[in-house]
Formats: sequence, C-alpha cells, structure tokens
Amino acid sequence: MATILGGITTSHIPAIGNAIQRGRENDPSWKPFFDGYIPVRAWLDDVKPDLAVVVYNDHGLNFFLDQIPTFAMGAAKEYPNCDSGWGLEEGPAALGNPEFSWHLIESLVRDEFDLTICQEMKVDHGFMVPMSVLWPHAMEWPLQVVPLAVNTVQHPLPSPARCFKLGKALGKAIASYPEDLNVVVIGTGGMSHQLQGERAGLINKPFDLMFLETIVTNPDALARLSVPDLVESAGSEGVELIMWLVMRGALGERVSLIHRHYHVPVSSTAAGVLVLENAA
Amino acid sequence: MTWTNHEFDHIPGTYVFNGRRSVLGYPLNRMCMSFNSEENRHAFLRDEDAYCRRFGLSDEQRQAVSDRDVLRLIKLGGNIYYLAKLAGIFRLNVQDIGAQQSGMSVDDFKAMLVAAGE
Repeated sequence: MATILGGITTSHIPAIGNAIQRGRENDPSWKPFFDGYIPVRAWLDDVKPDLAVVVYNDHGLNFFLDQIPTFAMGAAKEYPNCDSGWGLEEGPAALGNPEFSWHLIESLVRDEFDLTICQEMKVDHGFMVPMSVLWPHAMEWPLQVVPLAVNTVQHPLPSPARCFKLGKALGKAIASYPEDLNVVVIGTGGMSHQLQGERAGLINKPFDLMFLETIVTNPDALARLSVPDLVESAGSEGVELIMWLVMRGALGERVSLIHRHYHVPVSSTAAGVLVLENAA
Repeated sequence: MTWTNHEFDHIPGTYVFNGRRSVLGYPLNRMCMSFNSEENRHAFLRDEDAYCRRFGLSDEQRQAVSDRDVLRLIKLGGNIYYLAKLAGIFRLNVQDIGAQQSGMSVDDFKAMLVAAGE
C-alpha cells in the first residue's frame, strides 16, 4: 500500500531558483533563507520518498487564460520545464508515474473532484523552484512526481474549504493505491505577498505566523477563511496559501511538526517552510 | 449587461484578476504569453508598437506599454504574472515594479519589505 510519509510547504519564488542557479546560497542575504531548508533535506534523506505530489500553480506556461482548469493533475511519463520568460534556466524534466496518477485521478473523480487530466504538461517555476530548493543542483530528480495544478491566477479561485477537502480526497486516494510507494505531498507558494497595485509590497507577518501555527493544530479554522479574506490578509498573490491546505488535507487530523521556518523578505514575498508528519 | 460586484472590491490598491479584468486585458495578456519565446521577445524589442498592434492592444494599453507603466497596465486588465514576462524584457524585477506601482523608490520599497520582517 502507498504511504504518506508527510507534507512539506515551500515558497516557489523565481528569485530562489535564480540564487541556486548562481550558487548564491551562502551569500549573507540568502543564507538565513536557505538555512531553513537544511532540516527539510535531512528529513527527506531520512524518509526517502519515492514520489512527490507537488501542488502548485502555473504562471502562464502550460496554461493560458484561454483555458484555465480549477484543478489539473498530470498523468504523463515526463514533465518538461521550459522558458516562461521569468529569466530562469531550464531545469531537468521530472519523471512521472502514469499508473499512480491515473489511480489518483480515478479516486478523486469518484469523490466528485472533476479534475482536468493532463497527459502532456509543462511545469514552470511554481513546480521547479520547490524541486530545486529541496534537491539543489540535482542533475536529475531523485523521485517521481505528480503535478497538481491549482488555479490561483484567474478568479474565481477555489475556496480554502474546497482545497482542504481536495487534500482529504487526495490523502484517501494515495492511501488506497495497492502498490508500496512512499509519498510526500508538497504545498507550494505563499506566504503573504502582493505584486500588483498600489498595495504591492504587502507582507503581513502576524497573519503568516498565525497561519504557520494554525495549519498544524487547527486547519479547519483556516479552511473557514474565504478567498477575499486571504486576499485582504495575505495579499492578492498570497492567496496561493490555498495550496498549503491541499497538502494539509492529505495528512491526518493530528500531525507532528517536524520543522518550521519563516523568512522575510525573499524578493517581495514572505517565505514559510513546514515539514509535517502524521501523528503516531 | 452588468458585471457582478465582489467582496474583494473594497480592498484598497488591489486589482483582483476577475472576469471583467480578464476580458479587458485579454489581448495584452495574450501578447505577454507570447514572450515565453525568446524569439518573440526579440521581435517585440525590434518594433514594440507593431508587436502590440499585432495582438490587438487598445490605444491605452499600447501607451501604457510604451510608458512602462505597470499600474496602468494592471488597471487595463493586465495580470501581474503575465506582465512580469513583459517587465522582464525591460529588465525590471518584481521589486522594481512593486516600487513603481506603490510610488516608492526601489530602495525605500526594499527597506519596507525588510522592516515588515522585523
């Protein structure tokens, strides 16, 4: 049976990818941020996942505004990364696991999550930066992946409650896979940031710290927030935090906090890191 | 015909990318999507206005592109993730365009971000 080893949250800011590509992890301005990943990598070395479900949003590579799925899951053998005009070098393609993807898709659709199914899917920095920061300078990724794209670009967005429920259905789907497979679920994006409008530059540290605490102990409370609540508190782009709730939903009701880190700013964004395991 | 009002309309200095803005900005965002290709980025730089016209940008949108006025482009339906591709051609990063939109110098904007973390 497949097992969920735990969940990780991480930012996917392009500047992180740039800093890794330029070998700047130990620069004084970057070190405090990258140090927050040392315990995450140690945990990954220890638990050795076979596969990661990466919950991310596309910023205009695989999807354009002509067709925007609310939730889309990859079912490909391989997920290439391509130039999307953000100045990052292309990273290695990620290998998929079509049998596992189709199992998840069948289970999720049965549970009334009507996903868009992608047998060809390019992944942008929303996916690649988390991979790079967790496995820096990898020539090839040491595990298989299933990309799960959530629309955080074109409103209306799925509500925090909907994303949390998707996570619960995802957890059930993973656990019902008949083959042995060790899985981590990675929720990307956030934390508070706003890139647009006169309010650009918004960072809300009290809100972020509340979110980092509450997602561990009482995620139902976060699922009761609305999208406008999140836009108001975390910024128009900080709304990406809905993807953390997909990760959290996939874990059990009670979780153990393995690691938490928070750093401001990375580019114009607050960066939060979590490693959670299901409580014994 | 009327556009529905939203709960987020009252949030100051924030242009939530809803259907109304997406319809208005579609040609602009479609042009920005084309900048995923390096060849297209060069074609834009060779003749900006012709490139904008090819994608059917409005006069106001073309003017705002010419002025590098990101806030104006947001108000004209640009989506920030797509505009970032355009800004990248002008070698402006998200801190540069954040400073521009909030009416601050880049140094003051960076100092504000650092202070927010303290």
